[in-house]
Amino acid sequence: MGQLSGPTDPTADAHWHTHEERKGFFTDTSICIGCKACEVACKEWNHNPRDGDLDLTGMSYDNTVSLGASTWRHVAFVEQDRARIEEARESGRVLVSLGMPQVRSERDVTTSVTDLSGGDLSGVDTTPPDTPEFRWLMASDVCKHCTHAGCLDVCPTGALFRTEFGTVVVQDDVCNGCGTCVAGCPFGVVERRSDGTAAPTTREGQKKGEQPPIPNKGVAQKCTLCYDRLVDGQTPACAKTCPTTSIKFGDHEDLVTEAKARVAQLHAQGMTEARLYGANELDGVGGTGSVFLLLDEPEVYGLPPDPRVCTADLMTMYKRAAMAAAGMVAAAAVAFLGRGGRGA
Amino acid sequence: MANADCIVLQGGNMAEAHPVGFQWVSEAKARGARVIHVDPRFTRTGAIADRHIAIRAGSDVVLLGALINHVLSNDLWFKEYVLAYTNAATLVSEDFRDTEELGGLFSGFDPATGQYDLQSWAYAEAGGDGGVGSPSGQAGEHGSSKSDRAAGDEHGSGGPSLEHAEVLRDETLQDPRTVFQVLKRHYARYTPQMVQELCGISEDDFTYLADSITQNSGRDRTTVFGYATGWTQHTLGAQFIRSAAILQLLLGNVGRPGSGIMALRGHASIQGSTDIPTLFNLLPGYLPMPKVGVHDSFEDYLEGIASKRQKGYWTHADAYTISLLKAWWGEHATADNDWCFDYLPRLSGPHGTYQTTVGMLADEVEGYFVLGQNPAVGSANGRQQRLAMSHLKWLVVRDLSLIESATWWKEGPEIDSGELRTEDIDTEVFFMPAATHVEKAGSFTQTQRLLQWRHKALAPPGEAQSELDFFFKLGQRIRAKLADSTDERDRPLLELTWDYPVDGHGDPDPEAVLAEINGRFVSGPDAGKPLSFYGQMATDGSTAGGCWIYTGVYADGVNQAARRVPGGGPSPSQHEWGWAWPADRRILYNRASADPDGKPWSERKKYIWWDEDQGKWVGDDVPDFPEDRAPGARPDPNIGGPEALAGDDPFIMQADGKGWLYAPKGLVDGPLPTHYEPWESPVANSLYPQQQSPTRVVFAREDNLGAPSAGTRGDEVYPYVFTTYRLTEHHTAGGMSRWLPYLSELQPEMFCEISPALAAERGLENNGWATIISPRAAIEAKVLVTDRVKTLTINGRAVHQVGLPYHWGVGTHAVVSGDAANDLVGVALDPNTQIQESKAGSCDIVAGRRPRGQALLDLVADYQRRAGATVDTDNVPRVTDPEAETVTPRPDGEVSGEDGFSRW
Repeated sequence: MGQLSGPTDPTADAHWHTHEERKGFFTDTSICIGCKACEVACKEWNHNPRDGDLDLTGMSYDNTVSLGASTWRHVAFVEQDRARIEEARESGRVLVSLGMPQVRSERDVTTSVTDLSGGDLSGVDTTPPDTPEFRWLMASDVCKHCTHAGCLDVCPTGALFRTEFGTVVVQDDVCNGCGTCVAGCPFGVVERRSDGTAAPTTREGQKKGEQPPIPNKGVAQKCTLCYDRLVDGQTPACAKTCPTTSIKFGDHEDLVTEAKARVAQLHAQGMTEARLYGANELDGVGGTGSVFLLLDEPEVYGLPPDPRVCTADLMTMYKRAAMAAAGMVAAAAVAFLGRGGRGA
Repeated sequence: MANADCIVLQGGNMAEAHPVGFQWVSEAKARGARVIHVDPRFTRTGAIADRHIAIRAGSDVVLLGALINHVLSNDLWFKEYVLAYTNAATLVSEDFRDTEELGGLFSGFDPATGQYDLQSWAYAEAGGDGGVGSPSGQAGEHGSSKSDRAAGDEHGSGGPSLEHAEVLRDETLQDPRTVFQVLKRHYARYTPQMVQELCGISEDDFTYLADSITQNSGRDRTTVFGYATGWTQHTLGAQFIRSAAILQLLLGNVGRPGSGIMALRGHASIQGSTDIPTLFNLLPGYLPMPKVGVHDSFEDYLEGIASKRQKGYWTHADAYTISLLKAWWGEHATADNDWCFDYLPRLSGPHGTYQTTVGMLADEVEGYFVLGQNPAVGSANGRQQRLAMSHLKWLVVRDLSLIESATWWKEGPEIDSGELRTEDIDTEVFFMPAATHVEKAGSFTQTQRLLQWRHKALAPPGEAQSELDFFFKLGQRIRAKLADSTDERDRPLLELTWDYPVDGHGDPDPEAVLAEINGRFVSGPDAGKPLSFYGQMATDGSTAGGCWIYTGVYADGVNQAARRVPGGGPSPSQHEWGWAWPADRRILYNRASADPDGKPWSERKKYIWWDEDQGKWVGDDVPDFPEDRAPGARPDPNIGGPEALAGDDPFIMQADGKGWLYAPKGLVDGPLPTHYEPWESPVANSLYPQQQSPTRVVFAREDNLGAPSAGTRGDEVYPYVFTTYRLTEHHTAGGMSRWLPYLSELQPEMFCEISPALAAERGLENNGWATIISPRAAIEAKVLVTDRVKTLTINGRAVHQVGLPYHWGVGTHAVVSGDAANDLVGVALDPNTQIQESKAGSCDIVAGRRPRGQALLDLVADYQRRAGATVDTDNVPRVTDPEAETVTPRPDGEVSGEDGFSRW
C-alpha cells in the first residue's frame, strides 16, 4: 500500500511540511430534511452560478439533478414504497454481522459500503420498527476528497493539488480545461464549467432569469471543502448552514468514529438499512474524506457501489508491464542468442 | 421543544417551512423523542418523523376531539394537574346548552346576525341564577360585535375578562355542570370510528397517536404540539388550536419543559408583528383597539380589558394603557384628558384585509400601502385583490423588487384576460425600494417570544430604506405639512412624540425605539431611567412605555435582546441569549412545572419550584408567578389582581388563574371546539346536521362564489379538496425568493401534487400540465404524481386531495413565475380572528394547460353555471337544517348579501 492505493495519510504523501489533521464531512442522511440550504450556502460562498434552465424535472423535489461544475452540494430526493424499504433493510442486514461468526475479518472488506459499526448485535433487540408504507430519502452529496484522488493523480498540469487538510482542490488559474480529471473521478463529481447560461426559453409569459458573467468558464470545477474558509479556521459553508447537523465537519478520524457509533445506534433501533459509505480505508479509493451514512444501497442515491481509483492498479500494471518488457527483452535476447548460435 | 419526549406536528410542516427551528425537533429526536406528523401530505417533516398520518384537510377537530375523548374515557388525564390548575371543576351556567342538545349549535345563536349571544356560556354565578358576567363596561358584548373587531386576537398575552373570580367549583367533578362533565358529553361521539370516517385515519394510526401522546405525558414526560397556518387558516381555525389546548391541559402539558403548543411563525418577526401589531384590531401588548359603542369612554375601555375584581396581571391594564399613551403623546397626555385616549381612532366595524379589499371595489378606499406583503399573489382570491387595487387612487409598494402587487396594472392575469386595460387604470403606483434584513438593525421576535437583535451589516443600496427610516421621514413630512393646522383632528399627529435621535446619515436609531418600547420613568426620583419590569408601570402618568409586555428588554439601559452568549449560557433555559417577553420568562406559566405543593413533578422535568427556606420560587427560569406567593396561599379572590392569585393559580393572565378547558368567554364561535366542515367541502358533516361553522364570516359576492358543499345540487362539479402550502425553497408570495437565482432553480415552476389514483382518474401525467378550477379562478401547474399524497376514504368514498404551493405569481420581473394558487381560494373567514380559509377548498383538475384570454373567463363561468353556484351557495341558509337544529328564534327571513359587503 502507499501512495497509490490502500490506507495512507494523503497529506504526508503530498510532502506537506506542516501538519494539519485531515478534514472531512460526515453526512448523516438519516436526519437530512432536504432543505437544500447546503446547496445555496455553497453557491453563495463560492460565487457559483445557478444551474440548468429553470424547468421542473418532475423528479420529486430534485431540480438540480446532480453534482456538477456549479452545484457542489446536491440533495437527492428518493421516494420509496414498502417493498423497496424492506429490500433496503435486508441488504443492510447482510452487511451487519448480527453476531454470527464472521466469515471474513473487517480488514478484508474492500467495498465502499460497510457496516463498520464493529457491532455485535446479538445482545440487542433489532426488531425493526414498523416498516412504513412509504419513505422519502434525502441525501446531500458532495465531492468525496478521496484518499487516492483519481482527478488529482491524472491531472497533467498540476492544477489539482492535495491541501494540508488532506482535501483536493482545483486551481482555477492553472487548469487548462483538458478534462482528464473528469474521466479520472470514479464518482462523476468533477465537471468542466460550460458557459453556464441556459438556452433562451420560448415559453410564453415566462422570462428566465439573467445571470451575471460566469466565472471560470471551461475549467474543471468541484467542491474545495471551502479551502479558503479552512485556512482561516472556519467551517465550510454547507456544514455551517445545515440546520439539523446532517452535515458534520471536522477531523476525518473523529468523524469516522462518530459515523460508526451512529450506525451502531441505528442498528440497535432495528434500522438495519443504515450503512456507511466511504468510511472503509481498504476500498478502491483508500476511503473518502467525505463519509456518508446511507439508508439504502448507494446506487439508490446515484453513488457507485464500488468506486475504484484508476491509479489503484498502477503498481500491478507497472509490474505486468515490467514483466512483459522483461519477457520481451528475454525473448529478444533469446532470439539474438539463437541467431548467434546459428551464426556460430 | 428539544426537551419534549413526544412531538406532534400537525397543521404545520415544520421541517419545510421552519427548517431553522426544526433543529430543536432534531435535537429532541436525537435524545429519543418520538415525532409524529399529521398532515394531508407526506412532507419533508413526514420524511424524518417516526410516523406520518395522512389526514383530510380541515378535519383536525375530529381527530383532536377524539383524542380528548380517548383521554377522558380511558382515565388517562393528569389528575393532580387538571384538578389544581384547570377549570375542570368549575361550574357552568344553567343556561348553557351544548351542541349535542341543539343539533350542532350552542345556546345563544342569533340568526339575525349569524353570531352568538355569548352570555349563556358563562360560569355559574355563586348567588343563584345566571352566569359570571363581563365587567360592567362591556356587559354582554354580542358575538357579532366581538367578531367585527376580531376580539380573539386580544388574547395573545392573556385571557378574557370576568366580572369577578369567585367561581363555583365541585372538586369531585361529579356535578353535571362541571366543565369536566360538559367536556365529556361534548366529545362522547368523537370516536376512532368517526376519525376514520371523517379524517381518513385508520384506527391503527389513531391508536399509535393516542398511545404516543398519553405514554409521553405525566409527571416524568411531556408532549409538545407544533402548528402553523394549517390550523389557523380555516373558518374555525381558532378552535383547532383550542382543541389542542384542551388536550394539552388534560395531559398536564402546559408550563413545563418540552410541553405546550408552539405557534410556528412563518416569517422572522410575525410574532413581533402581533406583539407590536400591524393589525387593525390591536394596540401594542394585546390591548384592544377601541370600538365605537363599546369603548366610548376610557373607563369602558379599561373595564372591557379586565375587571378590578378578577385575578391576575390583566387587572393592571390601566397602567399598561396609560404608559402606552404617555409614550405616544408625552406631556400632552394627562389625567384631565384621559391620557389622550380620544386621540386613538375607533373601529366602526371589521377593517381587516378582506373587508378593506371589498371597500376598494366599492371605491371607499383611496390609497393603499403595501409593505412586507404581496397581496396580488399571497392573499386569498387574488383576482379580487388585483381588481380592487385597480380602483385605488394611489398605491405605495415598498419591497425589495418589483413584485406582482406593483406590476399587476401592466402584466397581471386580468390584463391577459381582457378584464383590465392598462390605459383605463387610474391608480398611481409608487414603488419604494426597501432595505433587506441585513441592511438595517432591529429586533426579530420569534415563536418563543424571544427577541433577538440584528445589527446592520451594510448600508442599503441606492434609495432603499428601512421601514423605520421610511416611516420616521414620512411622519416628519406629514407633520411639517400640518404644522400650521388648527384642526382638532390633526392634534394626535402634531402632538405625537416623534423625536428619535439620528445617525450621521440622518437615519433614526433603532435602539432609541427599543428604549421607548421598553419604557422609562418620566417623573419622580428615577426620571429618565429605563423601566425594568412591567410591574413598575403606573396609573398616574409617571411612567411611559410603548409595549408593556416588552418592558425589561432595555433594562439598565442595556439592549438585552442583543445578548449572544454561545448556547445561551449554562442554564437549561439559555437565559443569556436574547430576551423573552414577558420579563425574560422562557417558559410561560412555569408555575405549572411544579406540583400544587410547589415541588417539581419529577426530577426529570424539574424547572421551577418553591424554596421553603427562602420563601420564594426558584429554579432554572424567571418564575412566571408572584415570586413570594407560597403554594398554600389562598387569598380572598375578591381582592382582585395579582394579589388574589392563589398559590395554585399558575395561569396568571387568566381571570380565574386557571387553564381553560372550557372557554366561557373569548371565542365567538363556541366555548368548546366543534367540528364543522370547511366553508366549501365535498364531504358531509356526519357529526351534526350543521354542515359549516354557523358563525363563519362570508362575502356573498359574484366575485367570491363558493362551490356547492356535499349534499347540495352541483356538488359533483368541484369534487376534489385542495390545500395550499409553502416549500422550503421559497418564501410566501415569492418576493424574497423568486428574484434569487439560487432559490429559483431549486423549485423553478408552479406545480401541484396529486396521488396516482387521481392521476389515473383524470389522465394526468407526471411533469405534464394540469388546469385546476375553483369557482373563483382557473390556474395551470405542472403535475407531480406521488405517493406522498394519499387518496383517503371518507364516509365510504374516495376523496382526492390536490396540493398546491402558493409561491408563484404572474409577471415578468421575477426569475421564475407562474400561476398563483391563491387565485383559487375563496374568502371565508374565522369569526374570532378574521383569518381566511386557505387550507381547504373545493376544485376540479383536468389535464392540459389553461385557456388564455376570454376563454379562461368562459371556462370558470362554465363551471360556475354547471355547479349552479350563486352568491347564496355556502352562505344561505346559515343554519344548514333548521328542522334538525334548535334555534330560537327561528331563522326565518335570512337574506342574501346584496351588492358589496355582507357582514356574514
